[in-house]
Amino acid sequence: MGDISMYQYDKYDQQMVDTRVAEFRDQVERRLAGELTEDQFKPLRLMNGLYLQLHAYMLRVAIPYGTLNSKQMRMLGHIARKYDRDYGHFTTRQNIQYNWIKLEDAPDILANLASVEMHAIQTSGNCIRNISSDQYAGAAADEIADPRPWAEILRQWSSFHPEFSYLPRKFKIAVIASDEDRAAMRLHDIGIQLVHKDGELGAKFFVGGGMGRTPMIAPEIRDFVPADELISYAEACLRVYNRYGRRDNKYKARIKILVHELGKEEYTRQVEEEFAHMKTLGLNPPVEELARITEYFADPAFDKDASDDLDLSDPDFNLWVDQNTVAHKQPGYAIATISLKPKSGIPGDASSAQIDLMADLAEQYSFDEMRVTHSQNIVLPHVKKSDLYALWQKLDEAGLAPANLDLITDSIACPGLDYCSLANARSIPLAQKISERFADLGRQRELGELKLKISGCINACGHHHAGHIGILGVDRKGTENYQLLLGGSAAEDTSLAKITGPGFDEDGVIDAIETVTDLYLKERQEDERFIDTYRRVGMAAFKEAIYG
Amino acid sequence: MVEAIRFRDDNVHEEPAVSLDAFLDQSNATAVRIEAGEDARLLLPLLDRLALIEIDFPVFGDGRGYSAAQILREAGYKGELRASGDVLVDQIAYMRRCGFDAFAPDAPIDAKVMKKALDLYDEVYQGTTDSRAPIWKLRHG
Repeated sequence: MGDISMYQYDKYDQQMVDTRVAEFRDQVERRLAGELTEDQFKPLRLMNGLYLQLHAYMLRVAIPYGTLNSKQMRMLGHIARKYDRDYGHFTTRQNIQYNWIKLEDAPDILANLASVEMHAIQTSGNCIRNISSDQYAGAAADEIADPRPWAEILRQWSSFHPEFSYLPRKFKIAVIASDEDRAAMRLHDIGIQLVHKDGELGAKFFVGGGMGRTPMIAPEIRDFVPADELISYAEACLRVYNRYGRRDNKYKARIKILVHELGKEEYTRQVEEEFAHMKTLGLNPPVEELARITEYFADPAFDKDASDDLDLSDPDFNLWVDQNTVAHKQPGYAIATISLKPKSGIPGDASSAQIDLMADLAEQYSFDEMRVTHSQNIVLPHVKKSDLYALWQKLDEAGLAPANLDLITDSIACPGLDYCSLANARSIPLAQKISERFADLGRQRELGELKLKISGCINACGHHHAGHIGILGVDRKGTENYQLLLGGSAAEDTSLAKITGPGFDEDGVIDAIETVTDLYLKERQEDERFIDTYRRVGMAAFKEAIYG
Repeated sequence: MVEAIRFRDDNVHEEPAVSLDAFLDQSNATAVRIEAGEDARLLLPLLDRLALIEIDFPVFGDGRGYSAAQILREAGYKGELRASGDVLVDQIAYMRRCGFDAFAPDAPIDAKVMKKALDLYDEVYQGTTDSRAPIWKLRHG
């Protein structure tokens, strides 16, 4: 089993990714030789996470449920150094992407990844994408079980799925196991929450959530699916979608539209009918398979005598601990988040040197393990409290210790017009300017938890619908224009943000953010967060403050 | 006319496939063609009459035919199941896994490239109607 508490490939898993590398190498050769047209090659490269962006190919590498070890992280740094421009970009789906890839290098990069049990399988295309999960899985004090074994079962089932590789549109699944939702679960095509029923662990299914042009919160369609029927239930959900999801309009092709148009009850009825049939087909791995996978995720060798005492006399360290660490299930340990949101930085970007350093620190202080969060940060899940100060000092030296987790400068931003061919406006420079305007940490802390999310177009890769404050970049008569949204949440109190009114230019939208945060400070009662005050006070007061 | 590809030992079924509507209206046809949006389940009560079912792929990215094929095989259909239309070599392995055993592609398929694609993966992760044992079954016997 080794001493790493995460899944490790057996010979079958390794053979699958190795074969994929060979297959893709062949496809790239045929493309370069002109035997495949770009139209024919496109779906093949997309199933290997290779996009054609504005300036170059972008390669998206899967980090299943956001979990990776130091060896894998170092390989990500190596790829950034050797094949890209010395940096990588961690994404809202817990993956990493490289923006400057050459097509002819892609097969070698995939071979590098396969050597550390990684791949880029199904990180794009109209198929089941990388399964996402809670970044605190296996460490959180509030989870009822580790959701990752379930995510791994789903990863294997969905990999190279012959029936569901040409779906109407992409398909995203998230699995969580606590009431607090840190994975935007109900904004996924399928959201699964592990729950207990009569002492048995099973899955509650939510289907038909998503962001994009038509944001929807997934309704619950089944309160309990037993472990040994998980796959047949998922198959039933997918088959109804594959058969009846709209294919006439790509903007109406996601499952959320099907569920919405059929109605939750009718969609559920069709799934149940399909499920009754699917159950008879022997599609489910036995419970022994879940048990086999679960063993890999056994707790690391925690020091049972680790102390909860912490010397917080260094004020900067104190701030970081207060903001960037959360309770661990094991006494004497903490979960620490490395913020990739420094002042003037690009949200989610990390240099090769920083990637290497995070790998080293994980090896030294976190049982060799890291997580990528959907907020584009990195988590060290198992840090002994007595090591926190040494860890923080090393992070601080490398510019990796902004104490801004969940504060206004911990923003999510899509790549925007700097990279993306779909974008209408730039997201990154706006995020940078906001981080400068709100740079004062005292001010940020005064504002408290404030999720700011920026998308450069209505496809919503920057999750603006789910921001306490959201920003949507649009094109208005050839100039970049930014709409302001308020009131969204990707957490267990999932809600969709609403547009305040007419948009602004870049400086104008930052002024408007200041106006709404000022109003919040004036109106808040007791320990209300921004979102709480917004919900209590309502949009009108904020509109009035912005537009007069 | 591009040559059809078959993975069956029986003779080619000579009768032309009729449309689903025509088939459901007449009692003697033994071959039917279903379009991408049509419901394969309408055929289930009549499978023992059929020797050929052709499923059309208007564009290779339209994956409804994969589910249609699975539904027919899950119901026990043993006759020829033919994929026609925009059928490309890079989709044939998945089509085989979903039960297709004949192909009538719009454009010719290089037999060598196809063989390579079909032989590529030794194992599979999930069960389908092709009866290959998924990896979880190999792990647990």
